[in-house]
Order: sequence, then structure tokens, then C-alpha cells
Amino acid sequence: MTLIAPPRARPRGPSASLLDRFGHAVVRVFEPPFRALQRILGVRRMPYVFLLPNAVFFGLFVFLPIGINLVYSVTGGTALFPSQRPYVGPEQYAYLLDCGSYLDPSTCREDHFWRGVANTLKFTVFQMVAMVLFSLLAALALNRPIRGRGFFRAVFFFPVLLSPVVVALIWKWILQRDGLLNAAVTSLGGQKILFFVDPSWAMFWSVFVSVWAHMGFYTLILLAGLQAIPRDIYEAAEMDGTRPWRVLTRITLPLLWPNLLVVLVLVLIRSVQVFDEVFVLTGGGPGTATQMIVQYIYTTAFANQVQNFGLAAAASVLLGAVLFVLTLLQLFLTRRRAA
Amino acid sequence: MTGILRLLTARRGAGRLHWTDWATYAYLGLAVLLMFGPVLWLVLSSFKTPAALLEFPPSFLPMTQKEVRVEGYPQPLPLFSVTMEDGSTRELAQVRRVGLIAQMVDPKAPGTTVRVAADKRQPVREMAFAVSNYTEPLAKYDFLRFLENSLFVTLIATAITLVINSMAAYALSIYEFKGKTLAMLAVIGTLMIPITIVLVPVYLVVTEMGLVNSLWAVILPGAATPTGVFLLRQYMLTIPRDLIEAARMDKASEWRIYARIVMPLSAPALAVLTIFSIMWRWNDFLWPLAVLTKSEVQTLQIGLNAFQGELQTQWHYLLAMTVVTLTPVAIVFAFLQRFIATGIANTGMK
Repeated sequence: MTLIAPPRARPRGPSASLLDRFGHAVVRVFEPPFRALQRILGVRRMPYVFLLPNAVFFGLFVFLPIGINLVYSVTGGTALFPSQRPYVGPEQYAYLLDCGSYLDPSTCREDHFWRGVANTLKFTVFQMVAMVLFSLLAALALNRPIRGRGFFRAVFFFPVLLSPVVVALIWKWILQRDGLLNAAVTSLGGQKILFFVDPSWAMFWSVFVSVWAHMGFYTLILLAGLQAIPRDIYEAAEMDGTRPWRVLTRITLPLLWPNLLVVLVLVLIRSVQVFDEVFVLTGGGPGTATQMIVQYIYTTAFANQVQNFGLAAAASVLLGAVLFVLTLLQLFLTRRRAA
Repeated sequence: MTGILRLLTARRGAGRLHWTDWATYAYLGLAVLLMFGPVLWLVLSSFKTPAALLEFPPSFLPMTQKEVRVEGYPQPLPLFSVTMEDGSTRELAQVRRVGLIAQMVDPKAPGTTVRVAADKRQPVREMAFAVSNYTEPLAKYDFLRFLENSLFVTLIATAITLVINSMAAYALSIYEFKGKTLAMLAVIGTLMIPITIVLVPVYLVVTEMGLVNSLWAVILPGAATPTGVFLLRQYMLTIPRDLIEAARMDKASEWRIYARIVMPLSAPALAVLTIFSIMWRWNDFLWPLAVLTKSEVQTLQIGLNAFQGELQTQWHYLLAMTVVTLTPVAIVFAFLQRFIATGIANTGMK
């Protein structure tokens, strides 16, 4: 019997022991029904019992919705319930994809969607370059024999935990007309800049703030990759008197390449879904300059006067298809890295 | 102090500082400034009075004009440092100002008033923390309720996630059964389906369940996290099978094996998932935004966003409430930093 209740060191303190006692009570309450189930079903069928709660949630909130989403995307009208929606075939997709020229969103019938696509593409390209560059530099710096590595790692990492709303508000406060940055600009003799009125600045700060908030995460992944590179390779290079730049380009980067690829794909997957920080920071503006695909989906389904669920569903199916391909790519790359 | 000194004088090898050392410390120094600076600025700004927030260029610390009570005047009077005609400076309180002339009074001799040109006086400033930025919105607006809602969602959702995820992970790691591969595929498959993609149909499901504008609409859909199942399963696979076989020999029920053997042994992985879940739930935005439209049920993040839309000009409240939203995360981070970092490094997820 000792194995069943292994002698554990009891956590000290009244609250810990209270929690402990609560835990024991919960375990005891569920014991009889599970014992009964085991008697009826037998041990071999018990895994299904353990799987069931999670499976119910998955079914209700993931698999069923995927099916309904497809139904939505081929039906029209404004009703929420699928049975009340008339079948329209591929009309929603045709409407979304109806463009004079795909390079110019203003020639599209649903130009907001295509502006979203164009903005998301632009955001993604800038984001990937900036994110990989800065997190790589950070990982390289943290991988050197520096003092206080834990502190510096925390410096890069802590914004990852902040909520998108908080991140956006912090920067909104700095970037506002009479904010800290404009104070710096004017003290250097410049004019105040209205960052959220100029489309290019708005896009720049959207990318900047996203990099600021998330680079710590990618830095950690790259740092783990750097630390996995065997030390003796570097020692051999040092004995040969190899210059630092050559060490970086001939040893570090090639050996880190698999991790860099994974980071690139992860950034890609996240960027394509970008929404919250940018939404709170710029509201999609000025005009539609920073309105992304996900904001289009959200607005079309929930925030517009007429809630167009069909169009939103069709757009999210298209986005889902893109994400699916990207994730397969990621799985492929991670598997290759593991092998 | 010696720590900082040693930090500043650390070298690549023996001998001089190499240029790469300089570059490293320059980059890290810049990072400290860029990463901590904005948060520090937010916290400092959140203690400024509305008047101080309107100043341009802004002062670094929260400063306000000093006020004094002078005998014979019902209101406290603003204090100025005045350059007198003979070149000396005196601290005088201003009674009133008419055009370019200010009527001042010496707080030490409240009997006589002095007339001073308005451009000859400088406000006397002192550091003051406007705590009312915090107390007023908590009293006036629904912020306490938002806080309560966020706490409720975070705690309940994390509890549900831990229980159902660990049960599923237990089934997928300890047993061999028909359909196991399919179940694993389903978990990996859902790893890549963010709520973004199924926003509309999940809204329908939640409506059908009668949960719109209820906190359960936020708690339930995200409770079965594929990330959690995956993470816990990987960990549980390392638990020795002999232990479980021995327990079965001793006639322990499967539930007991799960609750009394596998769960305690998975404590490190459970801790990581707990931190992740708290983080996800506390910071969740898009889904609550879509499903919680009534202000009574909104969470802190949604409330804060609505707040910034309505009260564009009331930065003093907005900044303070942003600090309130950020504080729990900062505390969690301060205590569990190492845990979180290793959790992410091991799973490549967040």
C-alpha cells in the first residue's frame, strides 16, 4: 500500500495544508463514481472515461465549430442559426475574391478584406525581418560570458507576459501628440509628429510594438539553440585565431539555422493572425492603414451594424487554410530538427 | 554594488575589453532602457495629476505645484517663488491674478498683500503622488467588478483546464487503447486552430447554450487546451511504468493511480501549465471582446479597452488602471520567472 500513497513531505503552513486537505477531499469525492465505472467498463475502457471531458470540450468548441463555419461560409442572410440561413453556394467566397487586380485593393468588391490582406502581408514581412534580427542579436548577446545573464534575460522576456491591451496602452501613451517621444523630438529641434495620423508611422509602430512585446519569447528559443552548440567547436576556432565575424557566419549561424527556421515560421504564423495589440494601438487606422485580416473578420461578424456572419466565416476559412499550410510547414521543420 | 562593478568590468577573456564586449553591453544597455523605460514611464505617469499630465514637455517625476494654507483665506493658495525688484527671491502665495499682475501674500505675514508682475514668479513644485487616480476610477466606474470578473475567469478556467487536460494526458500517456492515434492527431490538429478561425460558430454554440454575456462563455470554450494536453502527456510519458503496474497489483483503482501517483509526480509540468493558463486567461482579448458586450460581465482587458475608447482625455484614470491590470502579471513574473522561461524553452509554446 505504500506505493499508492507515497510518503510525501507535507507542505508546511496552514494554507498549504488546507489546500492539501481540500485536494484529498476532492480525490475522495470522485473515487466512488470512478470505481463504479471501472467495475462496469473494466480497466481497458477506462482511458476513454479519462479522455471524455476533454473530448467533449474539443468537440463542442473546436470540431463542431469547424463544421458550422463551413456551413456559414456557403449560406447567406443575417440569421445566426444555420437552419435559418439560405444556401448560396460559393457566393461568399466569390464576393470576397472578386477583384479587378489583386495588387490593388481598391479594385476589389470587398476592398476592406483585401486591404486587410495587404496590410497583414506588409506587417508580416516587416515583423519577420525585425523579429528575427533583434531576437537573434539578443540571443547572441545573452549567450556570451556576461555577468547578470538572468537579469538581462528577464529584461527581454517580461513584456511577453503583458496583455496586448496593456502593451498597446503603454506605447500609446508614449507616442501620443504630447507624449514622451514627441518631447524628445522637439527637444532635438524637430516638430511634433502625429504618429497615428501618418499611415507609414502607424504601420511602423504596429510592427515595433509587436516586436517589443514578443521578442523575448523568440530570444529564449534561439538562446536554447545557441546553448546546444558544443563548446569545443568554439574553442577550436579560438585556437586557430578565427575572427569573431567568421565564427558567427561560419559556425554559429549555420548550426543555429534549424532553430532560426522554426522561429521564422512561428513568427509567420503569429503575424498572419495579428490583431489585439494593433487594434488597441491604432484601431486599424488611420483610415484602414493598419486594419488586419482578423480585425476584418471581427468587425464583419460582430462590430458592424449588419452582422455578416457568412462573409466573416468565408474569410476565416480562407485564413484557416493559410494557417493550416503554415503549421504543416512548422511541424515538418520541427520534425526535421528533432531527427 | 560590487555586483554592478563586476558586471561593468566583465571581460571576454583576460586583458582588454574586446569590441564585441562593447557591442554586447551596448545592445543590452539599450534593451534595458527600451524594455523597462516604457513601463517605468507608465507607472510614474500614473501618479501624476491631470494638470501635470497635460504639461509639455512632461516632467520625469510626478510633480505638482505646492499649495499652502494662509490665515484668512479659505482655500489653500498656490505657492510661487518670486523675484523681487531688489533681485532677491521670496516664496509667496498667490491670492488672485488679474491680467499681468498677480496679488501675492507672504504666508508668514498674512496681513499684507504684494502686487507682483506675473512673469516674475515661478511655481514652487514638489513631488506628489496622485493616489486619487487609482481610488476614483475604482469607486466611480466598474473597475472592481472587472477585476473580480477577471479573477473569476482566470481561477475557474485554470482549475478546469488543469483537471480535464491532465485526465486526457493521463489517458494518452499511460494506456494503450483503440483510437489512441486518432485522439493524438485530434490534439495536434487542434493545436493549430486558434479561436480566430472559429469565432462565429463558437459564438453560435455559446448562444445556443444560453451563455452570451455570461462569464462561462469566456471560461468554457478555451478550457480544453491542446497545448496543455500535449505538455502534460510528454511529461507523464517519463513516469516509470513499473510504478503504475505495482499500484495495480495493490488493487488501486485507475482513478487512484491518476490522482495519487501520476498527478503528484507531474507537479512540475502542472506548474508550467498553471502559469501558462493564468497568463492566457488574464490577458485574453479577442474572444471576450466578441462575446461580452454588457459592461457588468466584462473582464479587465475588455473594460480597459472600452475605457480608452470612452475616456480618451482622462489619461490619469486610464494609466492608473493599466498599472492595476499589469500588476498581477508583474508579481507572477517576479516570483516565477525561471519557471516560465524553462517552461517555454522546453515546449516552444506560450
